[in-house]
Amino acid sequence: MIAVAMLRALRPRPFIISSSSPSSPLTSVSRYISTLVLAEHEGGLVKQSSLSAVAAAGTISEGNSISMLLAGSGPSLQQAASHAASCHPSISQVLVADTDKLAHPLAEPWAKLVHLVQQQGSYSHIIAASSSFGKNILPRAAALLDVSPVTDVIEISGPQLFIRPIYAGNALCTVRYMGAEPCMMTIRSTSFPVPLNSSDSKSNGAPISQVDLSTFSEDGIGKSRYLKHTSQDTERPDLGNARVVVTGGRGLKSAENFKLIEKLAEKLGAAVGATRAAVDAGFVPNELQVGQTGKIVAPELYVAFGVSGAIQHLAGMRDSKVIVAVNKDVDAPIFQVSDYGLVADLFEVIPQLLEKLSEKK
Amino acid sequence: MKIMVAVKRVVDYAVKIRVKPDKSGVETSNVKMSMNPFCEIALEEALRIKEAGLASEVIAVSMGPNQCLDTLRTGLAMGADRAIHVDAPPTLYPLSVAKLLKALVDVEKPGLLILGKQAIDDDCNQTGQMVAGLLNWPQGTFASKVVLDKEKQVATVEREVDGGLETLCLDLPAVITTDLRLNQPRYATLPNIMKAKSKVIKKVTPQELNVEIKSDLEVVQVTEPPKRKAGVLVSSVDELIDKLRNEAHVI
Repeated sequence: MIAVAMLRALRPRPFIISSSSPSSPLTSVSRYISTLVLAEHEGGLVKQSSLSAVAAAGTISEGNSISMLLAGSGPSLQQAASHAASCHPSISQVLVADTDKLAHPLAEPWAKLVHLVQQQGSYSHIIAASSSFGKNILPRAAALLDVSPVTDVIEISGPQLFIRPIYAGNALCTVRYMGAEPCMMTIRSTSFPVPLNSSDSKSNGAPISQVDLSTFSEDGIGKSRYLKHTSQDTERPDLGNARVVVTGGRGLKSAENFKLIEKLAEKLGAAVGATRAAVDAGFVPNELQVGQTGKIVAPELYVAFGVSGAIQHLAGMRDSKVIVAVNKDVDAPIFQVSDYGLVADLFEVIPQLLEKLSEKK
Repeated sequence: MKIMVAVKRVVDYAVKIRVKPDKSGVETSNVKMSMNPFCEIALEEALRIKEAGLASEVIAVSMGPNQCLDTLRTGLAMGADRAIHVDAPPTLYPLSVAKLLKALVDVEKPGLLILGKQAIDDDCNQTGQMVAGLLNWPQGTFASKVVLDKEKQVATVEREVDGGLETLCLDLPAVITTDLRLNQPRYATLPNIMKAKSKVIKKVTPQELNVEIKSDLEVVQVTEPPKRKAGVLVSSVDELIDKLRNEAHVI
């Protein structure tokens, strides 16, 4: 039984399967596990969060055959495909959907693409990262396949058993998927770290195949059109992956004062985060929001200035390794989760930190 | 054009929830319940579109046990014209909600369906995307700005995505899910709360809508997250830097 499973895992999997086999929950556990990872790419590289999805796929079971699906058009897609082929040793196949219809990651064509690729490849699992891309596309694709997806998985306990946070991370829910294949989920990338050295395994070049788009249904695809994307240009590390995050809350009082946070972040090589209060007050753009409705981060060091620690904010940072809080109010809830707290005026603390951090380095 | 808005009754966002000792779920009896904050924003947006003369009617719908009627009354007091209550079990997964919503859309034929981006209890962030998929309508998720063009029958939606904002143009009918920054929901005034009592809430069952409620997910257990060990308060910046450098080794 095991030998058969291993043989199947070693053999390159034929991509086009003429008839999709009917599956039932009873047989799915003993069935061969194969996972499709929906990947995002930018500038010719697969995004870090998609690599976390591959890491998550690797924990489903031994001998899981992992295929990565990339879509888009033009040379950057081809570059991303070759990056995908060598970026992670456990990727056994890279599928590329090259069409102008997928030049932008719109949910309508992407969901149809996932549906098509699932029909051709009969995967047991489909995974994407819980990025705005994954959250937008995967549930729509799941509805087309008539299965319930699982959002924001933080731990995979078995091929059908997952742990996910609910109520803003104040409870952990273990769910069992009992439906037909595929089992679909988005994973929290901070819970599935990618080893840094995984990108140099050149020996393992996974084969790259083009998805056969001849039966790609275009019905309804033109109903949404991409107009533009605006982003803040920043040289600081990406908030989701940064080793250190410095966050400011309402206590900063103004956008001008927020520059103090930015200076400190620069000194620490850190990303800048913010609370909802700071975003709503217009101190910083909303993509910096950390919390239940913003980004979820889990850096090695999280430093919070003038942050009270509302439930919704804690949801986004409670898994950080070391939490430091600086607040004037000794009763602020943030002190209940901080490893090191300093009850002081942040306008006195930050300049001191700026000065003392530089002199000792 | 009609606008349909889906609203959910959830544990109030300010409540510190308690996990039941038998690990079967979260304590919801004798706990303050409210309309999900994202649903309030969805309803507010629908009302603003109607007030701008771009829609004729706003219909609020909710699914679950009879207590959902309170949530629908709140919606009517905010300004919804009428409401539909789908009498269903309390634990509905997004796939079932999406199928029920699709069935209601087939009956009511709205030009726009607005939902919150996620419910703050299950934190799923799925229903809007799923119903859009079932209807084969375009979707504008995590919307922070919505502009309707009645002539061209399109909605321009600004979305909050990782790393910035994205703008899409959607042909109507469409599904939109709301992010926090879309608007500031209004409070229901006392006269409007009184008026809401005479507005109609129609009750339907999943059977009448020909939707079978079944689930392919099972909750095995609900537990408390691991507690962080108590931290220390330091007295000065020097001590803080020292601890970070020599005890935690993070700088």
